[in-house]
Amino acid sequence: MTLVKQVGNEDLKEEINFECETGNYHTFCPISCVAWLYQKIEDSFFLVIGTKTCGYFLQNALGVMIFAEPRYAMAELEEGDISAQLSDYEELKRLCLQVKRDRNPSVIFWIGTCTTEIIKMDLEGIAPKLEVEINLPIVVARANGLDYAFTQGEDTVLAALAQRPNSKQSKNIELKTTSDENSIEHLPLILFGSIPDPVVNQLTLELKKQGIHVSGWLPSKRYTDLPLINEGNYVCGVNPYLSRTATTLMRRRKCKLIGAPFPIGPDGTRAWLEKICMVFGVEPKGLQKREDEVWEKLKYYISLIDGKSVFFMGDNLLEISLARFLIKSGMIVFEIGIPYMDKRYQGAELQLLQKTCKEKNIPIPIIIEKPDNYNQVDRIRDMRPDLVITGMAHANPLEARGINTKWSVEFTFAQIHGFTNAIDVLELVTRPLRRNQKLEKVGSQRYTDRR
Amino acid sequence: MKLAYWMYAGPAHIGTLRIASSFKNVHAIMHAPLGDDYFNVMRSMLERKRDFTAVTASVVDRHVLARGSQEKVVNNISRKDKEEKPDLVVLTPTCTSSILQEDLQNFVNRASIETQADVLLADVNHYRVNEMQAADRTLEQIVQFYIKKAKKKKELDTTKTLEPSVNIIGSFNLAFHNQHDIAELKRLMSDLNIKINSIIPEGASVQELKNLPKAWFNIVPYREIGLLTAEYLKDEFDMPFIDTTPMGVVETANCIRKIQYILNQNNLDVNFEKYIDIQTRFVSQSAWFSRSIDCQNLTGKKAIVFGDSTHAVAMTKILTREMGIHVVWAGTYCKYDKSWFQKEVGDLCDEIVITDDHNLIGDLIAKVEPAVIFGTQMERHVAKRLNIPCGVISAPVHIQNFPLSYRPFLGYEGANQIADLIYNSFTLGMEDHLLEIFGGHDTKEVLSAGLSIDSKDSQIEWNLESQAELVKIPGFIRGKIKRNTEKFAQEQKMETITLEVMYAAKEAAS
Repeated sequence: MTLVKQVGNEDLKEEINFECETGNYHTFCPISCVAWLYQKIEDSFFLVIGTKTCGYFLQNALGVMIFAEPRYAMAELEEGDISAQLSDYEELKRLCLQVKRDRNPSVIFWIGTCTTEIIKMDLEGIAPKLEVEINLPIVVARANGLDYAFTQGEDTVLAALAQRPNSKQSKNIELKTTSDENSIEHLPLILFGSIPDPVVNQLTLELKKQGIHVSGWLPSKRYTDLPLINEGNYVCGVNPYLSRTATTLMRRRKCKLIGAPFPIGPDGTRAWLEKICMVFGVEPKGLQKREDEVWEKLKYYISLIDGKSVFFMGDNLLEISLARFLIKSGMIVFEIGIPYMDKRYQGAELQLLQKTCKEKNIPIPIIIEKPDNYNQVDRIRDMRPDLVITGMAHANPLEARGINTKWSVEFTFAQIHGFTNAIDVLELVTRPLRRNQKLEKVGSQRYTDRR
Repeated sequence: MKLAYWMYAGPAHIGTLRIASSFKNVHAIMHAPLGDDYFNVMRSMLERKRDFTAVTASVVDRHVLARGSQEKVVNNISRKDKEEKPDLVVLTPTCTSSILQEDLQNFVNRASIETQADVLLADVNHYRVNEMQAADRTLEQIVQFYIKKAKKKKELDTTKTLEPSVNIIGSFNLAFHNQHDIAELKRLMSDLNIKINSIIPEGASVQELKNLPKAWFNIVPYREIGLLTAEYLKDEFDMPFIDTTPMGVVETANCIRKIQYILNQNNLDVNFEKYIDIQTRFVSQSAWFSRSIDCQNLTGKKAIVFGDSTHAVAMTKILTREMGIHVVWAGTYCKYDKSWFQKEVGDLCDEIVITDDHNLIGDLIAKVEPAVIFGTQMERHVAKRLNIPCGVISAPVHIQNFPLSYRPFLGYEGANQIADLIYNSFTLGMEDHLLEIFGGHDTKEVLSAGLSIDSKDSQIEWNLESQAELVKIPGFIRGKIKRNTEKFAQEQKMETITLEVMYAAKEAAS
């Protein structure tokens, strides 16, 4: 069953082809978001309410992190919980009190899983009552594999955070310094998406150079510093997988969403800044020069990938933005697999992809939603791309068949946003190519007899 | 509900998948939500497998919740049948699918009408058994299925091979040093002139399972996975089996004697005593090592042991009986195997700990303060925090426990490896301890660019007595002591180092 839909755009003649396959693909479970979110939100504790299967995934996928006294744990469901012989409320209360006693967090996140979904555990109902009883905020996010893929877990958590009413204690970010003559008067702007603190500072400064002040980030470094979000505020996303958060901010908090491409790659960063400037009526300054400088720095890496082909199997929703950046860098993209495609939230990014392809005079790659890994491997065998961006399940087998791969998950853990980090993206992309160049003298490329 | 940060044994479906994907040309289909197929990642990463893991998911999503899987599972099975042409498809339930309570057996029955492949539903309950128990059961289930099938088709040949032969039941992926262990067992069998009839499941084809009864006997090297199969074969065909793990020289000898007994029962006059003696005294170094002076220094040192029952028991036996080390407590996370564990090591250690709670283990280690720990990766991390040396002897493990080089734990070469592991853990601990006594870890200031002060440039002289004293200090820390003393002397503006200065330096450092 192939569903073909097309997005029209008057300015750009060629249309993007979207296809949808079977959804038989490999990706991480969305509960993996606790791995980076607990590090981002320093005073949080994440309680994943699920089974051994979830626990074993976190333990294995997140490897050594588990030993550094992580601020997350499993509430492991036992047979008594499944058959409702035990009271969910009492059990959760017991565990949360223990967490409160041992770790004293400012907030506990409950991560709902497939199992809580199927047995219909009323987490959203229990949380407000328990919150009062134990005097600790509890935020519920349903990051389960029934509905979501990998990075969408962060989306569910941020959407849940966005729904929290403004807390009284949250100090509304330092007032704008009037001394800064550069800055202009504008409505508050809140950016959403979890990125490492250095990158937060970099992007904030890029906007400051344009005279735009960032009133706050969702999430903030600490739960107690969540930004005030009021009706009429502007919001803008930094990651392509945050459509629920965007929707929540628009519908529940009555914010205005700035639909921009995402600040990945120098082209994306510039387009992102320009769009925000445009919304606030600011004439962007020096962006062309800034972008050119970054491209200049990327020259060596671009020389390695120029004209080479790449295939995205799709598992983390960053695919469109990365493909767009790589096309701009001279690569040819055969296929963009993606778990889920929100054409409205990613609208501006899709347009930039179209524009980039037109500029480079290459056909727009096909976008495959819910891909089928088996079929994809078949296509990879036929096309023999120079690089396949894929999950760990396929990376070693593909390498053994002489196909260069890059592990896709690294893009979610590396710093890839803004002008400064564009080089890191290409560093990742070119690593297999650079490595294999050096290994040319050892053995052949193929390390298996099987197809 | 249970608050858990870490677990020793994985969920049941991992066990089933380990067995299914160990066989050649067997495909497993998990009835699971998106993201549960991380087994493929583990296999591809830890074992660095070159081929695609023959595991796919029949994805459980919202639609399945609303309407049931309906045709989906059946379609997925027949699709894989066409694409991969496997001999067997194992439908694997997960924790999610077991609460949905769909009639998976019905899907299997329907699918197997159309498929070329055989189709089985793994008989495991997610909330009652763990990874190992599930693996044990799945292996038995597959063996049973093919024995019965062969019987029905009258293809079952139970005549024994002419020469003595054995089945090794216990070769599978993602197991601790398993590949090397199996290679070592094969070598042992060939030394004893015993033919290998079959090694299952790793690399075996399901077609060869009907030949299992042709072997004279079975060996089950690991207690956790394989015993059920061996017991089934004993009940069905009266095949004797040996479940003595040949780990350590004493147990290896016991295992060989049991083989001898079985061969003798079959009217074969063999005596392996000479072989055991030569191997123990000359081929394996570990028995001599136990006698050597090095090992004398280990006498009575405190150790603790934790792991799966096979490895924890074998290790406890080696430490106490072969090296004279004092095992304060030994424990296992295989709770279901408690009585066997107690029987085996009850009188070899002061205390027995049966738990799968890693917090409890951590606390117990801190309380005992052993000189060395032998445990899993989890204990290694506890050991790091407490600054106690640790040797990893059992799963769960990391990628570094899948070494490229030959590292068996079983047989005579395994005994050598284990002796190295034990000794290296202790000397490291000893070295650390001596460093502590003679002036700490950190050289606070760098005195010169090189690692030691160049004696020509240095104003500082060592007098005869102090030089003699310096020579007495064990080599591996001598440089450190020399540096610390010289630094001290320099600070004190002394030009000659005497014995007094040396002791003063030592005092100042502590």
